[in-house]
Amino acid sequence: MLLEVENLSVTIGQISPLEGVGFSLDRGEILGLVGESGSGKSLTALAVTGLLPLIDGRVTAGHVRFAGRDLAALPPCALRALRGKRIGLVTQNPMTAMDPVQRIGAQVDVMSRLHLGLSAAAARARTLELLTRLRIPEAAAVCDAYPHQLSGGMKQRIVIAMALAAEPELIVADEPTTALDVTVQAQIIQLLGEEVKRRGLGLLLITHDMGVVAQVCDRVAVLYAGRIAELGPVGGIFARPAHPYTRALIDCIPREGTAPGSLTGIPGAVPSVTTYPLGCRFHPRCPRARPICSATVPPLLNGHACHNPLEGADG
Amino acid sequence: MLAFTFRRLLALIPVFLAVSLIIFLILHLIPGDPVDNLIKIGASAGQRAEIEARYGLDRPLPVQYLVWLGNVLQGDLGTAIVGRRAVSAIVAQALPYSLMLGGCALLFSSILGIALGIVAALKRDRWPDQAIMGGVLIGSTMPGFWLGLMLILVFAVWLGWFPVSGARGWTSLVLPVLTVGLGGTALVARVTRIAMIEAGQRDFVLLLHAKGLPVWRIQLFHVLRHALIPVVTILALRIGWILGGSVTVEVVFARPGLGSTLIKALAQHDYPVVQACLLMLAVAVMLGTLLGDILQAVMDPRVRTALQ
Repeated sequence: MLLEVENLSVTIGQISPLEGVGFSLDRGEILGLVGESGSGKSLTALAVTGLLPLIDGRVTAGHVRFAGRDLAALPPCALRALRGKRIGLVTQNPMTAMDPVQRIGAQVDVMSRLHLGLSAAAARARTLELLTRLRIPEAAAVCDAYPHQLSGGMKQRIVIAMALAAEPELIVADEPTTALDVTVQAQIIQLLGEEVKRRGLGLLLITHDMGVVAQVCDRVAVLYAGRIAELGPVGGIFARPAHPYTRALIDCIPREGTAPGSLTGIPGAVPSVTTYPLGCRFHPRCPRARPICSATVPPLLNGHACHNPLEGADG
Repeated sequence: MLAFTFRRLLALIPVFLAVSLIIFLILHLIPGDPVDNLIKIGASAGQRAEIEARYGLDRPLPVQYLVWLGNVLQGDLGTAIVGRRAVSAIVAQALPYSLMLGGCALLFSSILGIALGIVAALKRDRWPDQAIMGGVLIGSTMPGFWLGLMLILVFAVWLGWFPVSGARGWTSLVLPVLTVGLGGTALVARVTRIAMIEAGQRDFVLLLHAKGLPVWRIQLFHVLRHALIPVVTILALRIGWILGGSVTVEVVFARPGLGSTLIKALAQHDYPVVQACLLMLAVAVMLGTLLGDILQAVMDPRVRTALQ
């Protein structure tokens, strides 16, 4: 396995936004990590890239294993050597992701110079090739530009280029299209999916959009309030969701023929980390809640953590 | 960039005119008359009128202003009433001392202030930060003349490392530069620290860490690079301030310079000298502002785009 997250709990100060999260990801596979805002998705991305100390977070239980090695056991310098070189990160907002006073070319070049030891000229040649592959027109001109001179979609392609430049084995993409225009979202996701498949990389795609999951992912992990609600292959989960939350998320995807004004939402809001309910954290919003749901935490069995799974689902 | 510099220079012209008018007027509105210094006690009204006529003081104020401005623009700052020499010669004699002191003090406070700011930002909320910020607070609240006297007492009188006063050789420059520079150091250190902490919390820093760049490289080449934009602007604005702000220090160390020339001229109501000194300081402030704007455009491509 390329990436194994086991029973991961993360604490920041007094709060524990992630509790017992587990999933795995192999080379050549795209895993979607889905959840609403505040469910702990971005925190998972930071845990997987070993960047938790930057926000004063720490792993209190469980493991993140990358290529068999426990990230928590690595010294900071070994962790840094992994970042960029073997694990690439694509962040949420391309508008603010790049250093605004450095030229685009230099920001991409540094990856192959630092991690692959290329000369300045070789690194630039590689950057140009990479930008062209990512369908960036006039790559040479773009290299000389500053980030504020490019559109959001172009900037996100550059961020993807930076993540790919050092030939990593794993890409973590944290809501890579959320900040973009709807018209370019699909292009970027498709491009990212294609590159990852072509190179045989693992991709952890964090999103709140089930539509994106359906578009490119092989498997999906649904995160709710810091815990995994459901985990499994995309086809199975879309056809027969077991967890009522997954069902609700799927129902939120706008489809052809959805009448205006009839788009559904999920009633209520994700509880904040300080007010997590006892038992299953979804039970206050769940139409199928039973007394047991507010008493005990449902274990993750057969790919879902629910006391009263939907009928027709496996198990 | 050139067009921008040129436009900023043009924009300085009205500012210069306004400043020159104010400098001209203030001196004519304050009480006291330099002619009193020139005529002998008991001189007749005729002799008084003759002296007023010689310096043009009998003409209406607007005419005096235009004559003065015209001369200034041709480099003629007039003749000192009390000193009886060309004002331009007096200023030319004083200016190098002030520039030397101001320049060294600015350099000193920039280097030390930025270095202290970096250390404080990197060790934020730990003891080096608290020590530096505490020291900086003490440094910034100490009046320059008092600090100067203390430095003289310790390093010139007790230890005898440096001369007490005067402007002979580089050793006489050390204590005045320390006195002027320490106050500036405090400001620069504070601004550098805050700017680095602020820049370090920007989104792009997270991605730099994710790219696997060494921490020192992120801090020095990216975070500090951003933090220096406001720092450089403040330093440029201080150019004029340091030239004028050294007045008390020049007096304490008995150094020649623009500041001590100004004080002396003020006491003697020597209008042309006071006007010339104030004008020099105002021009220094204006050029400092211009330099700050240009440096900001050089350091930040977004500012350059906004200019076009």
